[in-house]
Amino acid sequence: MLNEEIIIAGFGGQGVLSMGQTLGYAAMVEGKNVSWMPSYGPEMRGGTANCITIVSDSTISSPIVSRFDTGILLNQPSMEKFESRIKPGGIIVYESTNILHASDRKDIGVYAIPASDEANKLHNIKIANMILLGAFLEKKPVVSIEGVMEALKKVLPERYHNLLPINRQALEVGAELMRKAQ
Amino acid sequence: MELKEDIRLMKGNEAMAEAAIQAGMDAYFGYPITPQSEVLEYLTREVPNRTGIALQAESEVAAINMVYGAAGAGARVWTSSSSPGWSLMQEGVSYIAAAELPCLLVNVNRGGPGLGTIQPSQGDYFQATKGGGHGDYHLLVLAPNSVQEMADFVFLGFELAEKYRTPVMMLSDGAIGQMMEKVTFHKREIVKSAKPWATTGKTEDRERNIITTLFIQPEKMEIVNIHLNAKYEEIKKNEVRYEEIETKDAEYLLVAYGLSARISHKVVILAREKGIKLGLLRPITLWPYPSDVLFKLADQVKGMMTVELNAGQMVEDVRLAVNGKVKVGHYGRMGGIIPSPEEVEENLEKFIKTL
Repeated sequence: MLNEEIIIAGFGGQGVLSMGQTLGYAAMVEGKNVSWMPSYGPEMRGGTANCITIVSDSTISSPIVSRFDTGILLNQPSMEKFESRIKPGGIIVYESTNILHASDRKDIGVYAIPASDEANKLHNIKIANMILLGAFLEKKPVVSIEGVMEALKKVLPERYHNLLPINRQALEVGAELMRKAQ
Repeated sequence: MELKEDIRLMKGNEAMAEAAIQAGMDAYFGYPITPQSEVLEYLTREVPNRTGIALQAESEVAAINMVYGAAGAGARVWTSSSSPGWSLMQEGVSYIAAAELPCLLVNVNRGGPGLGTIQPSQGDYFQATKGGGHGDYHLLVLAPNSVQEMADFVFLGFELAEKYRTPVMMLSDGAIGQMMEKVTFHKREIVKSAKPWATTGKTEDRERNIITTLFIQPEKMEIVNIHLNAKYEEIKKNEVRYEEIETKDAEYLLVAYGLSARISHKVVILAREKGIKLGLLRPITLWPYPSDVLFKLADQVKGMMTVELNAGQMVEDVRLAVNGKVKVGHYGRMGGIIPSPEEVEENLEKFIKTL
């Protein structure tokens, strides 16, 4: 039974909320249940942002949980806040360009993904979040890459559809980084 | 991977706005306030190409009085706000209830009292169910616990409002308004009931229609009061709605609505993993209240605990319902803080020890 409880956290502007939404759309396209709960409030403007995304093949009870199967963490404060809240056996996928001190827990999988560095190589820093999403989906394929692409087609206005190929590339780069990180 | 039905991923606030358009709304009047500003944003974007009027009023006081006027003219009309803004509307709400005008009123509850916070709360339960404005009146209060219900209860709300000629309220909260979930929009036929009482201009074949809330002679006022209360009794008889989760063999019962009910559902799962036979009763209508089912369940369970995002408000209605048959406790967080399912479960176990 699929019931993946994910926390995605970082600075506002890193694409934290949109990563969760894209994952949510993909889950919906694939006929799964999904809830996406953003932190909202004054702290979003320039401060930290996070969202809880739950993907399940059954009814989702609470959209708000305090312990997670997966943490996708994009900055140091998020690592400090959420590392202890990952369930034993869970994973952390983190942005290792930004995060210098990662979790040293031995009961979870901790994977360093230099997403910003790789995004710069692709000449588009904004797709770092998609690299992380690709890395996560390589480890836990809760939705398919095709599902994500389908979702992006729906989410992005048509004038941005020229960005679809670079998003696919980012997802694939992320998957490759995860294969190396394991 | 084309979706067969009209399924979307939306925020609760957006789903509610989309539902209102699909329900054939004639007008929306509102004033922006977090955490429900998406409603006005969505409507002002969509409505010009579709149906109805969406207007940003100069204040909440103006907005509710525009609703009053439009409802009097027979329009399918609604407004939404959040706690401090909803408080500003209360005079108008009392007038609308007295004038027996159908409309939909939404409060996306945030932390209070005062200007408070912008995070989710259920601190407005008393205000919603015991009458936020003055005088002997009730609103029919629906409490959605998902994005799907934010949409569904718009259709239901308009129908009930027109059926009983009464304002219907939807009491939501910041989390249900802000979160995104899958929502399905079914094709439906829009049924609008006839409104022969509406003030749309006198025709030769009938008397003038008058909408007023001033009945200066007490004898006349009392007749109005008696009439209103007969209508409320009818609503009590017909419109109580609730959901039971794992109550069949339950030895303990949580009672919760809205976001708290979602959290409590998870608590039921956690408790049952530990061997505690826990059930959940979720009131869907907060007025009329599902008192009868609670009275019956009081014979079965050893104790009940409400879970609320407030200091303990609905717990009073549960105590009234069970009339002393079992102990009724409360666990809540306030100010926009949301308890985790684990935290609630821990406090449930503490409560069980007191029984």
